[in-house]
Amino acid sequence: MGVIERMTVAVEKPLKEAIWDCRMCGQCILHSTGLTCPMRCPKNLRNGPCGGVRANGNCEVFPDRPCVWVQAWERSRKLPLFRDHMHHVNPPVDWRLKGTSSWINLVTGRDHKRPAGWAAPESSAHA
Amino acid sequence: MRTPSRLAGLLHAGRFVVTAELSSVDSGEPEAVWRRVEPLRGVVDAVNCTDNTGAHVHMSSLAAAHLLVEKGIEPIMQLAARDRNRLALQADLLGAAALGVRNILLMSGDDVTAGDHPEARSIYDIDSLQLLQVARNLRDRGTYLSGRRLESPPVFFVGAVENPFAPPLDFRPFRLQKKVEAGAEFIQTQLVFDLARFHAFMGRVEDLGLLERVFVIASIGIPRSARGTHFMKEKVPGLSVPDDVIRRMESVPPLQQPAEGIRIAIELVEAVRSIRGISGVHLIGIKWEEGVVRVAQGAGLLPRPVAEVVATVGGGA
Ligand code: SF4
Repeated sequence: MGVIERMTVAVEKPLKEAIWDCRMCGQCILHSTGLTCPMRCPKNLRNGPCGGVRANGNCEVFPDRPCVWVQAWERSRKLPLFRDHMHHVNPPVDWRLKGTSSWINLVTGRDHKRPAGWAAPESSAHA
Repeated sequence: MRTPSRLAGLLHAGRFVVTAELSSVDSGEPEAVWRRVEPLRGVVDAVNCTDNTGAHVHMSSLAAAHLLVEKGIEPIMQLAARDRNRLALQADLLGAAALGVRNILLMSGDDVTAGDHPEARSIYDIDSLQLLQVARNLRDRGTYLSGRRLESPPVFFVGAVENPFAPPLDFRPFRLQKKVEAGAEFIQTQLVFDLARFHAFMGRVEDLGLLERVFVIASIGIPRSARGTHFMKEKVPGLSVPDDVIRRMESVPPLQQPAEGIRIAIELVEAVRSIRGISGVHLIGIKWEEGVVRVAQGAGLLPRPVAEVVATVGGGA
């Protein structure tokens, strides 16, 4: 990591940790999660809640914490922008980016690099 | 029409399908699998082989599924993102196809903290939606996630799960939509006890135009005892068991509770069958194959169509 990136991380990390309890995955999708950090989900889900969410809206794994995705859904309903981003299929995490600056990755486009074999399937109506 | 599996063929032919679950096996003997599955022969169209269900270790779903293929019973192999990274998941999908497994059901999996090795490291490299898309890319484009080409693509019918009963309720139909977009061709739901909620969910699924794009199979649990229903309500993540079901089980003496549970399950089968867009039922009697048989009988689901009705590609079961 170069000096500029280290300095950016030094600003980004405490700021985003304080506001969003950010986990510095380096490929931010807060816009498609109602500004709720999905990496706080213990299953690392990037595309919505698992089937184990408790009836009171708390997490299957941590019964005394709200499910990250319940919060994401509720907050996304209140956002003026990006509401329909909850419906996007988010690609697999690039674990090499963990701990790097998502701001720099956004500017350089690194966070938008997809594995070469990642493509939406053709939809097939059956009826 | 040629389809990847018999299950797919029946669904495409508009038949109401019946599936069930192989009770998990803690043994290294093939007979342990065969003993448990034999009562289901001719009673269901395909049998789910679970993948360390409830985050408890059992015989691998891949091996169990292959043992079913050997005996001419069609498996649905479950695969959870919890225990494997993207390399291992893709490797198992290819291996399964090579061993004649033609239906796969992809999911995140119950967390290890719910199981018998709570201290284990869970993987969750990719999520269930991403896994769906990876499986479809393997099959449809003949490439790994890396983009590298396969020698020949695997053939399978791709399924997913959804829980209409867990919060955030309004998002659940959209989550199903996302799964369809990622490549799910059939869905098995969480156990349906709460019919009102299930109706509402299916109404939204229909509004989203998904009924033309995915087959929905409703899971029906067969309560065996009042204690069991209590356990499901309290211990199984994401499962909602209404109080009137529990009260009904409690209202009869223990010896008659299994019969009452079968009656409840039959009523549920009949109820979901009348909901638009429900293409079949998945009967779950935990370590209770006889319960599955009696519900299938009682709900008029027998006999099942014979295998020759559908042509499959790739030489599967
Ligand atoms: S309940 Fe919510 S936060 Fe917890 S594991 Fe499931 S999706 Fe993640």
